Amino acid sequence: MSNKTWKEVPIGGTIKDPGNACEYSTGGWRTYRPVWHEDKCIHCMNCWVYCPDASITAKDGKVTGVDYDHCKGCGLCAVVCPSKVQAIDMVLDRDEE
Amino acid sequence: MANKISLTGNDTAAYAFKQAHPDVAAVFPITPQTEAMHKFSSYVANGEVETKLIPVESEHSAMSAAVGASSGGARAITATSANGLALMWEIVYITASLRLPVVMALVNRALSGPINIHCDHSDAMGARDSGWIQLFAEDAQEVYDNLLQAFRIGENSEVLLPVMVCYDGFVISHTQEVLEVLDDKVVNNFVGEYDNPNSLLTSDKPLTVGPLDLQDWYFEHKRQQIEGMEKSRKVILDVAQKYASLSGREYGYFEPYKLEDAEIAIVSMGSTGGTVKETVDALREKGHKAGAMKIRTYRPFPYQEVKEVLGDKKKVMVLDRAPSFGAQGSPLYLDVVSACSQQPSMPKIVNFLYGLGGRDINMKQIEEAYMKVNDDSEKPFDYIGLRD
Repeated sequence: MSNKTWKEVPIGGTIKDPGNACEYSTGGWRTYRPVWHEDKCIHCMNCWVYCPDASITAKDGKVTGVDYDHCKGCGLCAVVCPSKVQAIDMVLDRDEE
Repeated sequence: MANKISLTGNDTAAYAFKQAHPDVAAVFPITPQTEAMHKFSSYVANGEVETKLIPVESEHSAMSAAVGASSGGARAITATSANGLALMWEIVYITASLRLPVVMALVNRALSGPINIHCDHSDAMGARDSGWIQLFAEDAQEVYDNLLQAFRIGENSEVLLPVMVCYDGFVISHTQEVLEVLDDKVVNNFVGEYDNPNSLLTSDKPLTVGPLDLQDWYFEHKRQQIEGMEKSRKVILDVAQKYASLSGREYGYFEPYKLEDAEIAIVSMGSTGGTVKETVDALREKGHKAGAMKIRTYRPFPYQEVKEVLGDKKKVMVLDRAPSFGAQGSPLYLDVVSACSQQPSMPKIVNFLYGLGGRDINMKQIEEAYMKVNDDSEKPFDYIGLRD
């Protein structure tokens, strides 16, 4: 959440910058965060396919991590990770002070 | 200079609206407001004012159309009464929250039920916390003067709030009175053009109005609204001063009448203010130190100034024309009590409820109530004109 005060935002809730949804970090909604263990990952890409928020980042066919700005912590990635692999743990999220 | 003409309160509102040349008027008829917009629509039809008149299918739509027009940068007006205002309800709050300086003539009428078309203030009191500025008028002259000032107040860039100009149904709306009106040119210069810095129709600065606003920002936007209302205090006086230089008629937050040496002050709003002043004169002739305060700006409520003027009185009697069921008293009373409660020695403040559903109030009744207060024989919840 921005630290702007009531004196610094447009009045009446008006949005002056069109197309600014990409600036909105929905990661703030999260209760649990997925923690990805690179050493266990077999890069089956199940998590990348299932993530509803395209928050599993990948490069050249391999998982590289989680986009915490947009991951809402639904936990689907941890569920679809093969049971013998379990490369993703869901842990209670904390505010980054 | 000024011309004297004879108009009803409703015709006065239409005349003032015509001179303020709004871009859009969104209207739906309801007694006792109907004639105001009926008259205004004939001005439009006759080409005397260039306003887009939208005859909508309900008050909810009237208020919504005014919001749409105002968001688009237009000067928008509407008018209603009682149940019409109730049907507008959702959008009444939205108008204020979106900071749209729509001007509304509210012809005060009792809210149903049982159904009634006559005057009390229950409609305006319901909208008390909606974020609108509320001005009350005693007669047609004040309807005219308040309406013209309403545009300047609401459209001020530090305020940007809608303004409700309230006047008593039938007592003012349907009574023919002589009043002074200003020349079109003078009004034109005074009211000026409305320039909305955040118009939806500014195509080079696209903008979203009324998006979802949740836990993260809603509170901040409400704080801004509080600030707009607070800033309106000074603007109301500035506008009144400018208006006085054109019209010779002076306005403030309230009209004090023989208050300086008064021991018992009578506080009221609307047309009853005139009856109260006459009663004060009659009481003075009998040797009583009576005085009166007629509230003009109910929101923002001038609590500081009310405290300064009433704080040193022995007794204050507040006449309310709307109940607040289950509260310690009626709305105006509660505001006066809380204003004076910051005073080290508070006057004795008593409440009288009167005039519901258009029940008449006369000098004799006010004098009797005054004498009860004088003798400390009033009841904790007292009434004027009730068959008790």
